[in-house]
Amino acid sequence: MYLHEYQAKDILRPFGIPTPDGDVVSYAKDAYAVAENCTASAYVVKAQVHAGGRGKAGGVRKTDSPAKVQEIAEELLGQKLVTEQTGPDGRTIRRVYIESAIDAAREIFVSMLVDAQSGQIALIGSQEGGEDIEALAAQKSIRLERLLISLDDDPDAIEFKEFAQRLSLEGPQTERAAALFRSMYRAFVELDASLIEINPLAVTTDGELVALDVKMAIDDNALYRHPELEDLRDEDAVDKIELAAQRHDVNYIQMDGNIGVVVNGAGLALATLDLLRDAGGEPANFMDIRTTASSMQIARGFDLLLSNSNVEVVLVNIHGGGMTRCDTIIEGIGISLKRNNKVLPLVIRLAGNNADYARTLLCNYGISFIDSENLADAVERVLALVRMEAA
Amino acid sequence: MSILVNSDTAVLCQGMTGRLGTHHAWSAIAYGTRIVGGVRPGKGGSTHLDLPVFDTVAEAVTATGADASLILVPAVNAADAMIEAIEAEVPVIVCVTERVPVLDMVRVKQVLKGSASKLVGPNTQGILAPGQCKIGVMSTVHEKRGRIGIVSRSATLTSEVIAQTSVLGLGQSTSLGIGGDSLHGIGFVECLELFQADADTDGIILIGEIGGSEEETVADFLKSEKFDKPVVALIVGRHAPPERRMGHAGTLTVFGQAGAESKIEALRAAGAHIAPDAHLVGETMRQALVN
Repeated sequence: MYLHEYQAKDILRPFGIPTPDGDVVSYAKDAYAVAENCTASAYVVKAQVHAGGRGKAGGVRKTDSPAKVQEIAEELLGQKLVTEQTGPDGRTIRRVYIESAIDAAREIFVSMLVDAQSGQIALIGSQEGGEDIEALAAQKSIRLERLLISLDDDPDAIEFKEFAQRLSLEGPQTERAAALFRSMYRAFVELDASLIEINPLAVTTDGELVALDVKMAIDDNALYRHPELEDLRDEDAVDKIELAAQRHDVNYIQMDGNIGVVVNGAGLALATLDLLRDAGGEPANFMDIRTTASSMQIARGFDLLLSNSNVEVVLVNIHGGGMTRCDTIIEGIGISLKRNNKVLPLVIRLAGNNADYARTLLCNYGISFIDSENLADAVERVLALVRMEAA
Repeated sequence: MSILVNSDTAVLCQGMTGRLGTHHAWSAIAYGTRIVGGVRPGKGGSTHLDLPVFDTVAEAVTATGADASLILVPAVNAADAMIEAIEAEVPVIVCVTERVPVLDMVRVKQVLKGSASKLVGPNTQGILAPGQCKIGVMSTVHEKRGRIGIVSRSATLTSEVIAQTSVLGLGQSTSLGIGGDSLHGIGFVECLELFQADADTDGIILIGEIGGSEEETVADFLKSEKFDKPVVALIVGRHAPPERRMGHAGTLTVFGQAGAESKIEALRAAGAHIAPDAHLVGETMRQALVN
């Protein structure tokens, strides 16, 4: 689960991570008062959307009076921000964060995550930070420092200070940085974070360290340990259809094509998209039915597919396993087709557990379908149907 | 033979008395697997599926001589179950459970390091040595005893490839899933080493996908080691929907979200035979064995 900048800063502040003082507003009329309460006499107004590249897209603005803060808030709120990461549709700005502007003498990049290769927590840092990190990474001209941390390590003995020196921090800054990294680590473990990225971490002209921007994600699988964090989920920021599907144990991502795709398992789903695209087909969605999904949940997932008016043909590719048998999935599809009263050309390829039984079920439901025995054949038949629809 | 398991392997089921545990222990017994008992704290001394149930893995190992364990417990208990099995020195541990918190896996990996156990999973379909031993939740419809090893990140895609190799008469020595999570026990490289050492495996099929860097590690391994069995690789996700980037610009760019193409190129350069698509994996292996 991804957090907004303001949420991440609110969460990390009590752990001892210094951030500029500020507050979030949803209405421009509140912006003036928030700015007045800021300790600095210059301000930054930041659009709160789940996307990087906000600065370059005009979503982060600096100004010097509360009146101007309010003007900018009025301008941003309700607008769609299009950054290099949002796609052409952009994201609607529903909140802006207003904080004291900080004069940074230097900007650093630090990030904490779980390193898959070592199986340990990794603190990564670069002497250079800020918005240009992407460009630097693309040119491979970034020098990364890395510190692997074991959960058994005594937090006081972790070599955070030495790590700070590797980022060319000096004198009292190294102590401050070590304390900040220790706070980051404590928050990471206590909150089951999967990522805490501070970029930029500013070194001010006074030698203080301040987290200017924070990106943070919580491990969805561990949210049961942190029910209070569940409230931070911004449902406006997530695709409505994807969210509905996830509630029913179906991973679903809408795409632009006209071929609806129903597959169990992410790997087989990706393989099916590859085959369709290679053959010139345009998938309307990615769908991965999770092993824990019931036939009712699968029916809801299929409802979502049927609600996409671009879908002209449906390809069902199922390998029944020990957890999800073919008949469970066919039952779900049958329920959905019946209750939506829809008739669509269906190409169904069934293999594995209970494939024959599932075919019988389809006939019992009175659903007509093209029975295909292998992947290549199924893709060919779907594309033939698409060409017929087009003709 | 096979890798990790064979017809003599004695298997425990942690969580056998639960609904999933009952179902999959039963289907493993029906397949001919030597399930020797179950573990369920608080139910020690009872019997389930006509098998003894123990309070702890250590007790179960002492009483039954089990050398493998199938873990089918809820995600909340999965890490403790894995750690208990590792500490009881169970040689092969298969954890099917999905959605294990990543920091729990950091803890498990720490205990696993330097231990006598091999952990398969979590979030895996398990291990299947056709006609010999099934430890997991896969279907047993298309498999056929034979001489191809299959190692994969995806359960249903494994099922697809099993079907293809069976139809072509190649069959499988062993198939297994390393698990779909970023942190897991046994990896691709370790499986390749086991298959290389197995006299009954003639070729290995590796099924990978976008994300992570394990396929790249395989490429490095194939380049540096003398590997004399053909390796066929299928990497899926060339046309995956665009990845949802939620503002983690820096970290994601710095570490790269490896696309399918770069993995394919790395494996090709390392001498692996690349299956052009998911339908042609068996055929690619058949040709690789002829050459």
